Amino acid sequence: MSAPVLDLAVRGPAARRRRPKIPGTAWKRLVSPLVILVVWQLASSAGILPDRLLAAPATLVGTAVDLIQAGTLQTALLVSLQRVAIGFTIGAVAGVGLALIAGLSRFGEHAVDPPMQMLRAIPLFGLIPLFILWFGIGETPKIAILVLGVAFPLYLNTFAGIRGVDGKLAEVAKVQRLTRAELIAHIVLPGALPQTLVGLRQSLGIGWLALIVAEQINADAGLGYMINDAREFLRTDVIVVGLVVYCVLGLITDALVRLLERRALTWRRGFLTS
Amino acid sequence: MAPRLPDILNPPEAPPGAPPRTPVARIEGLTRAFAGRTVLDGVDLTIARGEFVAMLGRSGSGKSTLLRALAGLDDDAGGGVTVDGTVAVAFQEPRLIPWRRVIANLALGLRGVPDPRAAALAALAEVGLTERADAWPLTLSGGEAQRASLARALVREPDLLLLDEPFSALDALTRIAVHRLVLDLWARHGPGILLVTHDVDEALLLADRVLVLDGGRIAHEEQVTLPRPRHRDHPELVALRSTLLERLGVTLEGTT
Repeated sequence: MSAPVLDLAVRGPAARRRRPKIPGTAWKRLVSPLVILVVWQLASSAGILPDRLLAAPATLVGTAVDLIQAGTLQTALLVSLQRVAIGFTIGAVAGVGLALIAGLSRFGEHAVDPPMQMLRAIPLFGLIPLFILWFGIGETPKIAILVLGVAFPLYLNTFAGIRGVDGKLAEVAKVQRLTRAELIAHIVLPGALPQTLVGLRQSLGIGWLALIVAEQINADAGLGYMINDAREFLRTDVIVVGLVVYCVLGLITDALVRLLERRALTWRRGFLTS
Repeated sequence: MAPRLPDILNPPEAPPGAPPRTPVARIEGLTRAFAGRTVLDGVDLTIARGEFVAMLGRSGSGKSTLLRALAGLDDDAGGGVTVDGTVAVAFQEPRLIPWRRVIANLALGLRGVPDPRAAALAALAEVGLTERADAWPLTLSGGEAQRASLARALVREPDLLLLDEPFSALDALTRIAVHRLVLDLWARHGPGILLVTHDVDEALLLADRVLVLDGGRIAHEEQVTLPRPRHRDHPELVALRSTLLERLGVTLEGTT
């Protein structure tokens, strides 16, 4: 994890983002994954790798097509996406909201930060038994795990981001007689944004993980249910397809955050030159 | 070699009988201590309207503490500091807000002006940065950023302009250009200026009055009456320089 301190003045080449590699050499990086796929397929075809342990790549493609044609995958995906959307929204609002309360006033900090720092030490997934007792086995415990998983990284990073804003800029604001609202809108919040975006990426990472774990709790719909159900029938192909879908979802949200960063942080030299 | 600056740079002395120049800032018996160490020990200082004052002092002599008190950045400075009018500051580092474009940095918090953006553009034109108005501050060179910082201070039409070693990080050539710019802007807008610096030459080239801060007090004061632009080899400046350096604890024996 990157340090929460924002030393804006010296953000230099170190923070610079690498551009994608030169196209001419990009194919070289594709060779070894392709070799692995081929070996995997050969091993499966030769019977060295039995289907009940791991399905062959060719089988996976067929299974994916079947699942899509039957509509199973879409239905499961929709349920999972809905859980993430609800959990993420609540968690993000709570995390950023609490960070603003704690970051913008001393009173807020004393009220909010100590309990947050204590709670973040609790292992998220250790709460599952308690949540089942509290909320039963419906959607609520799943959403609750997601909310917590999303809220904490966003809270911690946004709070650190606000506190890390250069005090010298606050002095400028004072000399220029900015109002408190102007100080917050023009200096504090934009200054905290880069760290908040770091928090957003961590949140999404933990969020997907929380979803996967939460969906193992007696789900009757969703990707997790599809995977669990497949286990009952030794369908390793369905399990792997489910995992691949999780992967793709994670990659898509990560790409979205990168896009957001690119747009929101154009003022950084590193983004300008890249 | 230096082109003559307009005569406006050397305003004639007030004619006899005219009212004396009123002070824009006054410090009376300012004492500040941090962690048991006395930094300022009963400083008295008056800056007249339109006067260019330079303050010299070694590191840790309390120059910046004094400037911060005048800027209103020292909440504990107390009632010994009075400023009659508006204050603007150009800091040692330009302190532009990196996520606001240059023009927005100037216009931010600009009140009582019908069109802040137009005022900001005019100020940028004065420091020769018109074409950088929409640039991000991190893309400016050191000199450009410092000029933008000066423009940001001037666009507020301050009665008192505080300059906290704003030229110390600039290279020698840029510094000469910015010195000239400051004199030019001072002549045009006529704020009282307090320039804090540890560069004796800079103080002598620019200021009407040079102060030496030492031991928490104003230990020495020199009036510089030479017309501007001044040349650093002028005999009067040479003499003043060695006096001031001596006051700063630097002896020139053994050097040329």
